[in-house]
Amino acid sequence: MDSNKILDRGTPDRSARVGAPVTLQIDGVAVTVPAGTSLMRAAHDAGVKVPKLCATDSLDAFGSCRLCLVEVEGRRGYPASCTTPCEPGMKVKTQTDKLAKLRRSTMELYISDHPLDCLTCPANGNCELQDMAGVVGLREVRYGYQGENHLAAPKDQSNPYFTFDPSKCIVCSRCVRACEEIQGTFALTVQGRGFDSKIAPGPGSFLESECVSCGACVQACPTATLMEKSVYDQGQPDHSAITTCAYCGVGCSFRAEMKGDQVVRMVPHKDGRANRGHSCVKGRFAFGYATHKDRIKQPMIRASIQEPWREVTWEQAIAHAASEIRRIQGKYGRGSVGGITSSRCTNEETYLVQKLVRAAFGNNNVDTCARVCHSPTGYGLKTTLGESAGTQDFDSVMHADVVVVMGANPTDAHPVFASRMKKRLREGAQLIVIDPRKIDLVDSPHTRAAFHIQLQPGTNVAVMNALAHVVVTEGLAKVDYVRARCELPEFDKWQAFIRDPKNSPEVLGPVIGVPATTLRDAARLYATARNAAIYYGLGVTEHSQGSTTVMAIANLAMLTGNLGRPGVGVNPLRGQNNVQGSCDMGSFPHELPGYRHVSDPTVRELFGQSWGVPIDDEPGLRIPNMFDAALDGSFKALYVQGEDIAQSDPDTHHVQAALTAMECVIVQDLFINETAKYAHVFLPGASFLEKDGTFTNAERRISRVRRVMPPLAGLADWEATMALAKALGYPMHYDHPSQIMAEIAALTPTFTGVTYDKIDQLGSIQWPCNDQAPTGTPVMHVDQFVRGKGRFVITEYVATPERTSRKFPLILTTGRILSQYNVGAQTRRTANTAWHAADVLELHPHDAEARGIRDGDRVEVESRAGKTVLRAEVTERMQPGVVYTTFHHPESGANVVTTENSDWATIVRNTRSPRCRSARCWCRRRRGSRSSRRLRSSRRRCCRGGSDGRAEAGQDVQ
Amino acid sequence: MQPTADPGATPVPLTAAQRAAIDVAIAACRDLPGALLPLLHKLQEQLGYVPPASIPPIAKALGLSQADVHGVITFYHDFRTTPPGRHVVKLCRAEACQAMGCQRLEQHVQDRLGITFGQTSADGAVTLEAVYCLGNCALSPALLVDGRLQGRVSKERLDRVLDTCVHDGKEAQR
Repeated sequence: MDSNKILDRGTPDRSARVGAPVTLQIDGVAVTVPAGTSLMRAAHDAGVKVPKLCATDSLDAFGSCRLCLVEVEGRRGYPASCTTPCEPGMKVKTQTDKLAKLRRSTMELYISDHPLDCLTCPANGNCELQDMAGVVGLREVRYGYQGENHLAAPKDQSNPYFTFDPSKCIVCSRCVRACEEIQGTFALTVQGRGFDSKIAPGPGSFLESECVSCGACVQACPTATLMEKSVYDQGQPDHSAITTCAYCGVGCSFRAEMKGDQVVRMVPHKDGRANRGHSCVKGRFAFGYATHKDRIKQPMIRASIQEPWREVTWEQAIAHAASEIRRIQGKYGRGSVGGITSSRCTNEETYLVQKLVRAAFGNNNVDTCARVCHSPTGYGLKTTLGESAGTQDFDSVMHADVVVVMGANPTDAHPVFASRMKKRLREGAQLIVIDPRKIDLVDSPHTRAAFHIQLQPGTNVAVMNALAHVVVTEGLAKVDYVRARCELPEFDKWQAFIRDPKNSPEVLGPVIGVPATTLRDAARLYATARNAAIYYGLGVTEHSQGSTTVMAIANLAMLTGNLGRPGVGVNPLRGQNNVQGSCDMGSFPHELPGYRHVSDPTVRELFGQSWGVPIDDEPGLRIPNMFDAALDGSFKALYVQGEDIAQSDPDTHHVQAALTAMECVIVQDLFINETAKYAHVFLPGASFLEKDGTFTNAERRISRVRRVMPPLAGLADWEATMALAKALGYPMHYDHPSQIMAEIAALTPTFTGVTYDKIDQLGSIQWPCNDQAPTGTPVMHVDQFVRGKGRFVITEYVATPERTSRKFPLILTTGRILSQYNVGAQTRRTANTAWHAADVLELHPHDAEARGIRDGDRVEVESRAGKTVLRAEVTERMQPGVVYTTFHHPESGANVVTTENSDWATIVRNTRSPRCRSARCWCRRRRGSRSSRRLRSSRRRCCRGGSDGRAEAGQDVQ
Repeated sequence: MQPTADPGATPVPLTAAQRAAIDVAIAACRDLPGALLPLLHKLQEQLGYVPPASIPPIAKALGLSQADVHGVITFYHDFRTTPPGRHVVKLCRAEACQAMGCQRLEQHVQDRLGITFGQTSADGAVTLEAVYCLGNCALSPALLVDGRLQGRVSKERLDRVLDTCVHDGKEAQR
C-alpha cells in the first residue's frame, strides 16, 4: 500500500472560506485557484509536486519542515509554499538550483539524527521521509553520527495498538496537530525545547495519558515513529477496499488495508462523508474480533439446551431449523414463531429476515432492539415535521453557532462526530449540555459548555417547555418563519399552552433542579443564535416522555426557525451502526419497510404482489410480548440474528426463563453469546468484513459494506437466511445483495433512486433518494416540511412521582464508554480491554461516604431483580442518588439487576463492610404520552444494550 | 482515556499544603488572559517548584489538557519539577560574564559543591542553575542568590556566598 497513491494536496481545502479566483503561474503553468489557497495546494492542482514533510491536507499549514520552500519572482527569500497564499499574477518557481541545495541541506540535517535502518523499518515502502530523501537527491550526510543524537531514545509500547519510537521522530508536529485539530483531545505536546524537543503524551506514557487512541496521530505521522503494531507484525498492506465501520451510528468510512485476505489495518477514508478521514479507537483498531479464535465456524444443533452442541453441516442445520419451525407452527399455530433482526447487520440482511418472517413464517412477529430507541424519534419527528429521521448531515455542525447536546454523550458513544463538534466549538460556537451527568463535553480541554443544565432525571420535557416559554414570552420567536411554514391554529393553541406561567423557568426550575436564570440564559442563547442545532441521544428517547420530548425539541426548533438549512436541525445520535437502517427496513411488528403500517391494504397488496404471498394484517409481537407469550406457552420458536438478547435485555432472569420455555431458539451470531446458551440451533454469523451490503447511519447515509475476506463459516448472513427460507418452502433468489437493494428500492418510496452503482459512484447516499432528490438529501425540510406545514404539538410535562422504599435508595443508570461497545462481544475480544478491563460502578462521593465506600472497593449492587458485584469508582460526575455502570462485561451482569418494568431502584452495599446503609428509595412509576405507553414494556431493551447504551437510566425510567 | 490498570509512574501525591497553594494560585490567576504562565510562576514562587501532581488540577481549572501544561513547564528551563535546595544560586554564563572570567567560577562552584548545573548539592543546601544574562553586564561576572543580585563576583566572594548558604542554621534539619 503506497500512501502516495492516496491524494495529499498538502494543505486543507479553504474554498468555502475564501473569495474570488486568482490566476498565477507555477513553474510556467497558469493555474486558477480560489484566493487564499496555498501555493502548495495550487501547485498540486497544476500537477507540480512540492516536497514536504510537515504538511498534509488534513491539517492546517505549519511551515516548520523547510522542505517546501519556493521562489516567488520579485520577492526576497524562500517562502514556504504551504503557508504562502496565492496572489494574482504571482510567478512561482518550485525547482531551482538554489532550492535544490537548500532542500538537500535541510534533509541532510534531518537524516543526521535519524536511524539508517530503512530495510528493517516497518514504514519501509510507505515512508514520507524516505520518499523525500529520494526526491531531494540526498547522497551523503556530512555530519556523521558521532555527535549528540536521539537514536537511542526508548520506544513507548504501552498502547496496545501502536508504538511510539522517538528515535525515528523528526518533530514535524503532525501528530500533535492531528490530536488538536482533528481529534480535539490535545493529548500530545512538544516537550522541552531546541535539541531536546520531543513529542510527548504529557508526563507519562501513551497508555497513562489523556490519549483516546483514535489513531489520528498514527495516520498523520510521516515516518515510522507512530506505527500500528499490526504493520510491525505483518508488513505493509498491498491492496485495500472501502467499507463502513460496524460499531456506532456515525458509520465511518474506512479503507480496509489488506494482504491477501488478512486485514493489516483499518484506515479512515479521507473522502468518507460521515467521518471526513477521522476514526475512533473501535473502528480504527478494534477489528481483531473478526478473526478471534472464539469465532464459531461450523453450524451446530442440539435437541435440548442441557445437551452439548453437535457440529453439523449447513444443510443439516438449516433442515433441522426449518423442520422444527414447521413442527412448532403445526402444533402451536402460525403465530407461535418469530424473528429478531439486528441493527448490527446490513440493510439487506434485515430486510431478508423480516421478509422471511412475513412471507415464510406467515406472521408479523418480527422486531428489533433498535425499534426502541428509534420509536420516539420516529413518532415525534413524523408528527411534527413529517419524517422519521434526523434532519441534517454531520457536516452541518460546522455551520452551527449554538449546539445543544441533550441526553447524549458523544465523546464516548459517537466519538468521531464529537470531534467534529468540538472543532466547531473551538471555532467559537457555544454549547448547551442538558444531561443529569457531567459528561466530558461539559468541561474538556479547550471546550467548555456555556450552560450545563444538570436536570433531575425524568424532567426533559420540563426543560424543553421552560426554554420554549422563555422564547415565546420574551419575544424571541421567529414569527415570520412560523407563519410561513407551520400550521397556525395548532401554533396558536400551543402558544397559549406554553405561555402559561406553569411552564415558566421560575415554576419548573425547582422541578428540574436548575436555577431559573440558567434556563432563561440558555433559552436566549439558543433563540438568538444565527444557527442553532440540537443533537440528542438515548437520554431523550429512552424516557417515559420520550416522544413528548422529541416533539418538544421539534417545537423549539420550529419556533426559532432552526430547521431547513445547514447548521441547524434536530438530530438523533443513533447507537448502533444500523439502527436507522434496520428500522427503515421494516423490522417492526406493525410496519413494513418504509414505515408503512401493516393494516394499510394498499401497502400489503404491494408487498404481497412482490413476495407472492398474502401479508398478515395483524401487527405481530414485540420482543417483550414474545417473552411473555413464551412464558404463557403460546410462543415456541425464535430466530435471532445478531443480537444477544439474554445479555443486553433488562431483567436477565425473566429473559432466561422465556428462552428456556421455547422449543426452538435459532441463534445466528459470531460467537457463542449468552443467548446461545438457550439455543437449539447455532448458525455461524459473518462479520462486516465477510459480506457485501449497506449500512444506514444516523444522518440517513447509506454506505457500502464490502466483502474483503470470504465468510469464515462459508455463508454470509443473508445467504443463511435465504437457505432457511428455501428449506421452509419459500425460496428467495438473490445472487448478490445488490439485488436485494433493487427489491427494496422498488418497494420503498424513499429508496427509489438507490442502487449499488449509484452508491459506488457517489460514495454514499442520504435518503430520501428518489426522482425529487436523485443524489439524496443532506438536509431535510429545506423549503417546506415533509408533512407540508410543521405542526406544533402540546407537550405537557408529566412528573414521575417517586415512591420511597428503605430497601432500594439509589437509581442505577447504565451506559457505555469509549473503548467498549455494547455488550462487548467484539471489543472484549480485542486489546481495548487495556482501557476497560471490567465494568465499574460510578457513584457520587456523598453516596459513597454514606455507605463507607472508598474508591476501588468491591461493592454489591442489588435490585428487585437480582444482584451483582462491581468495583466502585467515586466521582463527582454523578449526582447524589444516582449510580452508573456500563454493561460491557457479562461477568459483571449489570442487566441482572435491571428490571423490565424499569423500576430501577437499587441498593448498593459495600462488600468490605456487611452493613447496608440506605436513606431512601427511588421507584418510578410509568407515566408517559400515549405513544410512549404503547412502547413502554420494551423500552428498556435498547438502552440496556440493544443500542449504544447512552442510557441515562434516571431519565429513561418510565 | 485513563487505563483501569494501575498506572506505572504515579507522581508523588500532593501534600495538603501544596494542594492549598495550588488552589490559591488557581484562584488568583484563572481569569487572567494567558493564565498558565503567571499561575506556574506563582506556584513555583510558593512551593519552590511545580510538582508534577499539580498538572491535572491546573489543566482542569484552565480548560487545558495535561499535555498542554506539561509542554509549557518543560519548555521553560526556569520551571522546576523537583524541590530545589534551601538556596538557589544562578550563575550567569552569558557573553559579558564569560569575558570577565565566569568560566573559572563555573568550574569552581561545580567542584566545590560536587554537582553540575541543574543539580542540588548532596546536603540539600544549594541548587545550582545557569542563567544567560542578568542585565548586570557592567558589573560582570554576576550571579543571583535566592533572587538577590550580586556583581563583580570573584572566587572568594562566591565562596562566601556558598558558605552562607551551607551554614544557614538549617543544616541540622536534614
